[in-house]
Amino acid sequence: MASLHANGTLGGGDDSQNQHDSNLDNGTSRRLTDEEFDRYSRQMIVPGMGKEGQLRLINGRILIIGAGGLGCPAAQYIAGAGVGTIGIIDGDVVELSNLHRQVGHSTSRIGMKKVDSLITHLRDLNPLPTYIPHPFPLTPQNAASILSAYDVILDCTDNPATRYLISDVCVLLGKPLVSAASVRTSGQLIVLNCPPAPQGVLADGPHPPCYRCCFKNPPPPHAAPSCGEAGILGPVVGLMGLAQAGEAIKILASALHLPTHTGEANLRQPTLLIYSYDLAGAVGPYTFRALRMAGRKKTCFACGEGSEGRLTLEGIKDGTPDYEVFCGLNATPKGGGLSPQERITAGAYRAARERGELEGHLLVDTREREHFSLGRIEGAVNVPFGGLLMKAAAIKREGGRGAEILPGVGVGAEAAIFVVCRRGLDSQEVVEKFKELGLDNGGKRRIMDIVGGMKAWKDEVDPSFPFV
Amino acid sequence: MGDSAADDSKIPITVDFSGGLEILFSNQRHYALSLPAADKDGSPSTIKSLVGYLLKELIKDPRQDLFVLDGHIRPGILVLINNADWELEGEEDYELQAGDNIFFVSTLHGG
Repeated sequence: MASLHANGTLGGGDDSQNQHDSNLDNGTSRRLTDEEFDRYSRQMIVPGMGKEGQLRLINGRILIIGAGGLGCPAAQYIAGAGVGTIGIIDGDVVELSNLHRQVGHSTSRIGMKKVDSLITHLRDLNPLPTYIPHPFPLTPQNAASILSAYDVILDCTDNPATRYLISDVCVLLGKPLVSAASVRTSGQLIVLNCPPAPQGVLADGPHPPCYRCCFKNPPPPHAAPSCGEAGILGPVVGLMGLAQAGEAIKILASALHLPTHTGEANLRQPTLLIYSYDLAGAVGPYTFRALRMAGRKKTCFACGEGSEGRLTLEGIKDGTPDYEVFCGLNATPKGGGLSPQERITAGAYRAARERGELEGHLLVDTREREHFSLGRIEGAVNVPFGGLLMKAAAIKREGGRGAEILPGVGVGAEAAIFVVCRRGLDSQEVVEKFKELGLDNGGKRRIMDIVGGMKAWKDEVDPSFPFV
Repeated sequence: MGDSAADDSKIPITVDFSGGLEILFSNQRHYALSLPAADKDGSPSTIKSLVGYLLKELIKDPRQDLFVLDGHIRPGILVLINNADWELEGEEDYELQAGDNIFFVSTLHGG
């Protein structure tokens, strides 16, 4: 152990060599301090890392976009490894529901900006790096100026629009991008644009793909659930964040981010790693899969043929492309066709109940079983949305009675039906479905949507309701 | 289609779903299937034929638009043929071979 302190011995041997090429090595020849030697010794003795790799990490600059379930573990290991400059960008504040997976924050820092909370944790872990807080969201307007100050970019965000923005700016600035995502029990990881090749270049390939090469079009918004909607397990997203740290450290330590290293020899097979976690089963043959992806595509909007003419940093700043429109975020939700008479606010529903006007009514809660089990309005019956749609389709197909879709809880055929969901979208669609199935008896029976779902119930009626 | 010709007229393949697509397929991630070796017109079965088969035989959920839009696999779903992006293999015209593994993955965006 003591010998690891011997900077003079370990480092000194290299010094004469280092002085010869000190102009060529981007600062990888300086001595390490005693503390650096001690702190990083275990990783420096790993074959391939060495003092040179460590100094590349110390001289390296990594930007972590998103200080959540991916960003926390990624940042912890990147800071631990001694990457010299670590930027973190996120506009959110720490919430209690983050902490099962966002382990770089803490209970005592709830309400603090995530960026400041995470940096507090990282400084305690390793005070040597320079930490740069960017406590606001990444936007098309600020993206280029922020990303340009870093060597490697980590996409730890949670939405498609930001993912496409980050990739486009990485292409234009020539930055390697380590991208990961995770929802529920699945995770994905891919290294993009590494080593970086200039935009639009296709000759003398193959060249590495960008995010758009691999994922040309975003999914429709309703097909891309967030962790808030679909749930997420800490170790699943955590493992993906750790893998991002591993890839970023590799890129810096092996200098794969430097343009001088661009070339066929360095282009490895682009690979998408898929992690499928099974809550009810052991690790199996399908738990990890490594998928071979294609390289840069001629037809890619961002980096393919003629892309210089359609994607520029100035254009992005000015709103072209429009990432929100591209990802369908301005589209109107399904079921927007209900009349005001078919909708009731959570507050008005509760008031009508208290006045005794809703005697014998049926309250259908269409959230998933797991959500329902954590809290419900008294008397509600659970008919999860997916199963309900499935049953509605079967009834239509096979010509069954519409009433079969309702749970057998003994309500009269005239009893009013109220539908509530998590945030008020699915419930509108369900009201439409019920009417299609003829449950409204030609308009004689009231079928109503509770506006804003259980979120509104918490906001307007019961602040203590455990909304998830 | 008689039993005696079963070996030649069917292709055994495996099909996997991930990234949430399994929800549309009875929450089962792995399927071993036996597909007709040829379409009705006698041409060899392709990924396109497989998608038709999945829609007809396997998908229970009415939300088919989460899998197929306008007759094609919807945006945001990757198709892997024996662990390789289908764009490396000819996309939906790829002719299925015995023992192939076809993997449908919905791209994730959470984090």
